[in-house]
Amino acid sequence: MKSKYALRFLALGYLGLLLGIPVALVFINAFQDGIGAAWDAVTTPEAQHAFWLTFIMVVVAVPLNTLFGVLCALAVVRQRFRGRALLNAMVDLPFAVSPVVVGLALLLVYGRRDGWIGPWLSEHGVQIIFSMPGMILATMFVSLPFVVREVIPVLREIGTDQEQAAATLGANGLQTFFRVTLPAIRWGVAYGVVLTTARALGEFGAVSVVSGKLSGGTETATLFVENRFQRFDETGAYAASVVLALLAFATLLAMNLIKPKEARG
Amino acid sequence: MSIVVESVSKRFGDFVALNDVSLNVRDGSLTALLGPSGGGKSTLLRVIAGLEQPDSGRVLIAGEDATAKPPQRRDVGFVFQHYAAFKHMTVAKNVAFGLSIRKRGKEEIEARVDELLKLVHLDGFAHRYPSQLSGGQRQRMALARALAVQPRVLLLDEPFGALDATVRKELRAWLRRLHDEVQVTTVFVTHDQEEAMEVAEQIVVLNHGDIEQVGTPRDLYEKPSNEFVMRFVGPVSELSGRWIRPHDVGILVEPTDGTSEAQIDRIVHLGFEVRVELSLGDGDSTWVQTTRTMVEELELAEGQIVWLRLEAEPVSV
Repeated sequence: MKSKYALRFLALGYLGLLLGIPVALVFINAFQDGIGAAWDAVTTPEAQHAFWLTFIMVVVAVPLNTLFGVLCALAVVRQRFRGRALLNAMVDLPFAVSPVVVGLALLLVYGRRDGWIGPWLSEHGVQIIFSMPGMILATMFVSLPFVVREVIPVLREIGTDQEQAAATLGANGLQTFFRVTLPAIRWGVAYGVVLTTARALGEFGAVSVVSGKLSGGTETATLFVENRFQRFDETGAYAASVVLALLAFATLLAMNLIKPKEARG
Repeated sequence: MSIVVESVSKRFGDFVALNDVSLNVRDGSLTALLGPSGGGKSTLLRVIAGLEQPDSGRVLIAGEDATAKPPQRRDVGFVFQHYAAFKHMTVAKNVAFGLSIRKRGKEEIEARVDELLKLVHLDGFAHRYPSQLSGGQRQRMALARALAVQPRVLLLDEPFGALDATVRKELRAWLRRLHDEVQVTTVFVTHDQEEAMEVAEQIVVLNHGDIEQVGTPRDLYEKPSNEFVMRFVGPVSELSGRWIRPHDVGILVEPTDGTSEAQIDRIVHLGFEVRVELSLGDGDSTWVQTTRTMVEELELAEGQIVWLRLEAEPVSV
């Protein structure tokens, strides 16, 4: 009996110290000058622009990574080809590489003056670094593995029987995918989307390197938080943090609400 | 429709699953592919369905070369050992799947689904999900789903393999009756000789990728073409270096010409059937299958000396 409570205490205490108390303090500090001050801090034109930019990052990166993630998982699980193991391992790279390194790597490729293809792109009027495309690329890179990693085990688990049954019943590849495979993996995909969204919302390091941090220009919500904090605008920094945290909570909550009972765990 | 398999070979790496296999399945027949696991029977079924491409050889369905056709265009119904139910669809939607792929009208689909659910005794289960059905019900649903598109041939891969013994027996008898009703050329895979004997008109014995024998259940039992088939389709006993069915040995309490002396080690009562285990003079042991009546009539007892006589020609292998 005692060990049972000890285990719970340990788990809850660990989470509380690492997560609960710090996040609670962010909330408390955001509202130290009242709700009005916090509201004003996150509705300035710079703040609104920063949230808008983060929104665009999410709206572009999440669907693309979801599409790529499902196709990549299908290739890894359902096909046999040379380089399959390599592909599977490469997908984990964004987990292993620090986001700052990702940012620097993007500079090396797309840098306007000394990048690999940056100067050529620049001549043709395409600017990647210090603008939206670079920031989107950085966000996509760091949030790439989530859908793949969530979908692969589900695909393995459902096996190929249902897909083969669909084929013998006359369904072609696309019909089988949309009518049989996708419904079977939908909770894996949904969970991957939630994690991708949360990661894209919170990305800081890689975007920080490639954005140029132009306030009201290339400043995302996380960069805005840093900017406010460095300028001793604590209310601004914490209030924007609260908005980011609430968005992440909302994403998690949305998934739990749409999930049917038997899939909750 | 008839199925013809012509010199089909299939390897998986170094493993030879099918070694130059040829087979004829008559239109409207009910055939069992019987053999131990790894014998090639499931591979052969999957090659017929188009789920596996042979390395060489041809498959003809209704006289047409289907070798290059994908499974979608072969007009086969396939039933999997583990049901392969579409878990996110109701029973009705599962059964309707093939028809809705073929873009049939809503009323036509509904009528056909009703009819099929009645055929497999699942009327009233239309709006359940597969997870709410028992194993036997799921397999009947899978069968209705396969039959919905009126396939030219019905292929079943160990259809009762995942079910418990009672449900298995029930479904066997039921498959037999269903085949009489629907009259579609049916091939099923099993590793259970009793199942093959009970259900099929024709049995194909496969081992190590080769066909050992094709015949009626009675042919296989009475005239097995080799020792493997003899051992696989029924019990065997050895007497004077020859293989024989254990019920083809007579027990006598007095010696006569051509009998061999033996001592009874053990008498095992299995209900009506009685198994008598004996030691022969040369130290070999054997067993005889007999009946309770026989044992009582002869007053057999453990330790007793008796004489054994062949009552049928031993199989020459």
